[in-house]
Amino acid sequence: MTLLTVDSLVARHGLLPAVREVSVSVADGEVLALVGANGAGKSTLLRTIAGAHPASGGRVVLDGEDITGLPAHQRVARGLALVPEGRKLFPELTVEENLLVAGGRARPGPWTLDAVLGAFPMLQPLRRRRAATLSGGEQQATAIARALMTNPRLLLVDEVSLGLSPHAVETVYGCLRALIRDGATVVLVEQDLARALTVAGRVVCLLEGRVVLRAETSGVTREQVTEAYFGLSRSGGAG
Amino acid sequence: MSVVNAIVQGILLGGLYALFACGLSLMFGVMRIINLAHGDIAVLGAFGVWVVTTQLGISPLVALLIALPVMLALGYGLQVTLLARSLKAGELTPLLTTFGLAIVIQNALLQIFSPDVRSLGAATGRLSIGSWRIADRLAVPYLGILVLVLAVAVLGGLQLMLARTRFGREMRATAQDPDTAGLVGVPAPAVYAQATAIAVGTATLAGVFLGIHASFAPSSGPTQLIFAFEAVVIGGLGSLWGTLVGGIVLGIAQTLGALIDPQYSILAGHIVFLVVLASPRGQLLWRRRAAGSVAA
Repeated sequence: MTLLTVDSLVARHGLLPAVREVSVSVADGEVLALVGANGAGKSTLLRTIAGAHPASGGRVVLDGEDITGLPAHQRVARGLALVPEGRKLFPELTVEENLLVAGGRARPGPWTLDAVLGAFPMLQPLRRRRAATLSGGEQQATAIARALMTNPRLLLVDEVSLGLSPHAVETVYGCLRALIRDGATVVLVEQDLARALTVAGRVVCLLEGRVVLRAETSGVTREQVTEAYFGLSRSGGAG
Repeated sequence: MSVVNAIVQGILLGGLYALFACGLSLMFGVMRIINLAHGDIAVLGAFGVWVVTTQLGISPLVALLIALPVMLALGYGLQVTLLARSLKAGELTPLLTTFGLAIVIQNALLQIFSPDVRSLGAATGRLSIGSWRIADRLAVPYLGILVLVLAVAVLGGLQLMLARTRFGREMRATAQDPDTAGLVGVPAPAVYAQATAIAVGTATLAGVFLGIHASFAPSSGPTQLIFAFEAVVIGGLGSLWGTLVGGIVLGIAQTLGALIDPQYSILAGHIVFLVVLASPRGQLLWRRRAAGSVAA
């Protein structure tokens, strides 16, 4: 069953189009990786789906309902959650308060404060710490946990490994894999191609705001994705 | 003894200033809006209560119960209609908007009520003039105690609400990052409107007690705004207990100044404010302001 349909979506930064007529769909229980070089429009696409960036054209449909015009908080109520790039925790709130803010208006579902702390045991001792005092990895885990508190049907995850130590990246991906095993539907933006291909079932590659490749991760080689990633095949002929 | 008396009266006066200041502090803390119409909104509230009192012939304290919900709704509406729009246009626009609003309120009040000075004191009766006589030249007025207790209750209640409740958490989260608050399901526009409603409500309380304690006229707003602003700065931005301390320091400065010579009363308050602004604490204030604008 298709959970999310993005149809000819256009998003701009000022006059500059960052996402140009992108169409993507995500099925229930699927993990989709969005890859592409810096400035390819991955983050803007995720933010537009989440309602943090206005769409200039096209539609975002969640479970049959057109949500293109809804503000971000109403999309959360319908089951969309974004783990934003750079974590964006509330710095002066404690870890627990960061989680509770997100849980305050949550859809009913399995993720309560206790359930989230159970899934992220590393956060248990940090509950009373202010978010600003956490390490990068701890902040990223808190950001994912905070998104879960809203009981999302679709989790949008933007650049979780950015700026983290290799060890922290392992920890954060350990958490994500556990979620995925439990059947979560995830759209993942990731710079690290190898990692994206191991976690996701399907990969979509963006180049200059357009989709240049979509494939099952099982049926695509790293070289094929790399070519699409840098636009090598296009400059070779298609234009 | 007269110095002790001046300090006691200053503390009580400080309660009133803190009541004026907390709404100003709340709006700045949550939305980064410096509401230049804050004093005029307080005076508007006082006139509202005056109308109810004179029309129905009831005590201002009972009239307050009728006027307060109206003012809360007015505050909510003010944010939704006027301030939300001007916030979209950048940092300076709300300043201009509230400046304009101040002029509109002042002139509307002038048009309707004439420039006459009024007081709610007479209608309040014994409460506004009675006092406990402690010693020869030391008396504690009922009203001063009531206002101070009210100020502590309002500021303490707000502090508790911000620290402990879901609504308070949402307000702090929205103050720190409104966009991200939206991404976790918190409707920032509604939180803003509720914060403004509370600010207008506390301004109304302050305006009414100003009217009982002394007098008010359509042009009284700006003076009260300055006192509120001074109390906020002396106490430190972003701390409600600090606002209470700031109000009390300002009140004591004014009553001690008046002890030297009545014409030094207001001046002494300004001087304390300027000293705080020039002190390392004031420097901290500006630095934090600069850091805040970099983060935004």
